[in-house]
Amino acid sequence: MKHTIIALVENEPGVLNRISSLFRRRGFNIESLTVCRTESPDYSRMTLVVDTSDTDAEQVQKQLAKIINVVDVQDVTHEPIVVRDAVLVKIKADAAARADVMTIAEIFNAKVVDVSPEELIIEAVGYESRVDAFLEMLKPKGIIEITRTGRIAMPRCGTPVRAMNNA
Amino acid sequence: MAYEQSKSTSTASASADPALPPNAKKPAPVRPARVKRRMKAAQALMEVLVREGTTHFFGHPGGATLPMYDALYDFPQIKHYLVRHEQIGVHAASGYARVTGRPGVCTGTSGPGATNLVTGLTDAIMDSTPIVTITGQVASNWIGKDGFQEADITGMTIPVTKHNWLVQNEHNVASTVHEAFKLAMHGRQGPVLVDIPRDVFQREVEFDAEDLVSKHSYRAPSKPTVQALAAAAEAISNAKRPILYVGGGAISSNASKELFEFATKLGAPVAMTLMGKGAFPETHELAVGMLGMHGTACANYTMHNSDLIIALGARFDDRVTLKLDTFAPYAKVVHVEVDPAEVNKNRTADFPLHGDLNVVLQELTPLVRRPDTEAWWKQVSEWRQKHPLVYHQGDGAILPQFAIDTLYKMTKHRNPVVTTDVGQHQMWTAQFFKFDQPRKFITSGGLGTMGYGMPAAMGAQCGAPNDLVMCISGDGSFMQCVQTLMTASENNLPIKVFVMNNNHLGMVRQWQELFYQERYKSVHMPNQDLAKIAEAFGCVGMQARTPDEMERVFEKALAIENKPCVVDVFCDQEENCYPMWPSGTAIDAMIIDDPRYAKKLRMKN
Ligand SMILES: Cc1ncc(C[n+]2csc(CCOP(=O)(O)OP(=O)(O)O)c2C)c(N)n1
Repeated sequence: MKHTIIALVENEPGVLNRISSLFRRRGFNIESLTVCRTESPDYSRMTLVVDTSDTDAEQVQKQLAKIINVVDVQDVTHEPIVVRDAVLVKIKADAAARADVMTIAEIFNAKVVDVSPEELIIEAVGYESRVDAFLEMLKPKGIIEITRTGRIAMPRCGTPVRAMNNA
Repeated sequence: MAYEQSKSTSTASASADPALPPNAKKPAPVRPARVKRRMKAAQALMEVLVREGTTHFFGHPGGATLPMYDALYDFPQIKHYLVRHEQIGVHAASGYARVTGRPGVCTGTSGPGATNLVTGLTDAIMDSTPIVTITGQVASNWIGKDGFQEADITGMTIPVTKHNWLVQNEHNVASTVHEAFKLAMHGRQGPVLVDIPRDVFQREVEFDAEDLVSKHSYRAPSKPTVQALAAAAEAISNAKRPILYVGGGAISSNASKELFEFATKLGAPVAMTLMGKGAFPETHELAVGMLGMHGTACANYTMHNSDLIIALGARFDDRVTLKLDTFAPYAKVVHVEVDPAEVNKNRTADFPLHGDLNVVLQELTPLVRRPDTEAWWKQVSEWRQKHPLVYHQGDGAILPQFAIDTLYKMTKHRNPVVTTDVGQHQMWTAQFFKFDQPRKFITSGGLGTMGYGMPAAMGAQCGAPNDLVMCISGDGSFMQCVQTLMTASENNLPIKVFVMNNNHLGMVRQWQELFYQERYKSVHMPNQDLAKIAEAFGCVGMQARTPDEMERVFEKALAIENKPCVVDVFCDQEENCYPMWPSGTAIDAMIIDDPRYAKKLRMKN
């Protein structure tokens, strides 16, 4: 099954290399990995999704925890979390097709963020399956390119926050 | 689920003292006003090495480490051993670490010097050996430009170190090396590497030893909960067919005393891995021998039939389990381990106990009751009697087992340190040389590195100058780090190398014989005069040609006091190592006795 793991890592050069090296060496298959800045300049936060058995997910988590620059790791698959995925999609939309495309975007609460006479770029944010459905709807219109963040996750409000320097 | 980690990040102002809360200020030290001294970063590095107790430094210099060697000039208390290949330096550091229980320290220059260390670091991470490695790097402004002798050694060694650092700020040199020593010894021990650009060594810093704080504080590993301990204790007390499965962790954790109390209280069979040999006295009646591919039939049967495996600092490696899905099918598992990632990695643990072995055993022993193992012991003793380790020395060539067994009998009263290389001779040494103390048997287990034996013996002799240190080697492995002899002889280190010379890469020959229809390819090495090679390096070279003269030659070799000595033992070329439990098979595939022996006997008569 798909496991969502979030990790707090030190914001240092080479940390991502250590993490990807671990995944390659142990044969863990990552579906998506996002790294971003956090509320503190000293740390980055990662969300990663691995499609694997529970035992392997446990290994992923434990092996990650052994990396010195990894401050905290949590498998939040079974925790109450908010999950999002964001996509930018460039699509063919000349004058004739534009209205149709815009209607689909509206249904999915997506936003047009760039435009030219022949093309649009639309941004959509949501749960992955919703983003998938959106892209599926757009497909017949002629998708030119897609870029997606992959999953980002955060424990829901009210869950205790784990301290940064005291994992 | 969250895993507790025993590391945390401390800010510069926070104390690294585990007894204090994370953000507490250090109490003002009661000592005279502190003096910050100005010096080069290389000198500060030396100051830290001294503070960390470094007395032996194994290395080979080069352009990028010139400033470091220049600083070393003024530190005679750190004795530098000029190895003739960096691999030897890192293996020597390993031998030193394993005999003393303290980190070994080694160095190589940028580029080829650094890459030559990679085999040794890999060996050390596999066997959890604490080693601090300092490498030189090209000058900062040349990093990333493919300049002369640049190698991305931190990139290359990510998978084979616990952690590594490229230190680009001279003010971080001292604290990073300080942290490196801490990390090497923390939790599951292992190698670390600090890469320092040439210009960084040369820059000026203000050094104050009292100021050393490591960026991360390393707290002692957590202890298992009371509930977890109680559950494990209950399972142990009620076991019908328990076995103690003791690995190298028992030695790293210095847990021999606690292990002895635990094992004798339980009265359960004790089986050790190659890495665990000596953690519990091997001549004790509870000891049933080594486990695994070339272990004793008794140890393997006991494991296979047990109903409770008590794994102590062991990791269910494939050399012990051979085939996981048929391994010990009736057993529940108590797994005591300092590295949480080893638990449930290969075999699921029913009772995981995370922590430092000697601490966990101190808590566990009072909670267990002696299980009733009378019927179990009847069975185990039967296996032991039925399948002793045997060899059949005739008047032909010397059998390696005979040579090793003889060495054992001749030296056991001296409580020697024995290192080995890799191959048949290694397995025979493991079978016939018994150790009653930890840190006496030093071998390359996880990586199986040919060439490990002599450098490790040299390092061990440095760490235990008054001990008899022997290396039992093979004629193949001997050649892989043969130039160790030069460093050993110029430092008058009296290591004794006994080469089981079968003119073959014996272990590979054995596999070609058994599994590749005797199609021998690239395993024969007929013309190596090892005694002459030894003499050329300034060592004593000897030959033991027949079973009759063997013991006399060994006696002479063992009496040599201030020089290394190499004994070329002319061995049978076709002797195979048994028992042998082939990889990937279930236990019934184990071949216990040499099938050729019966045939040989018939031919003789
Ligand atoms: C560096 C390295 N290369 C290759 C091997 C594979 N290997 C394992 S045992 C062995 C033969 C060792 O021969 P020798 O040292 O003569 O010992 P013997 O088996 O004859 O006792 C080889 C080549 C290895 N373990 N290490």
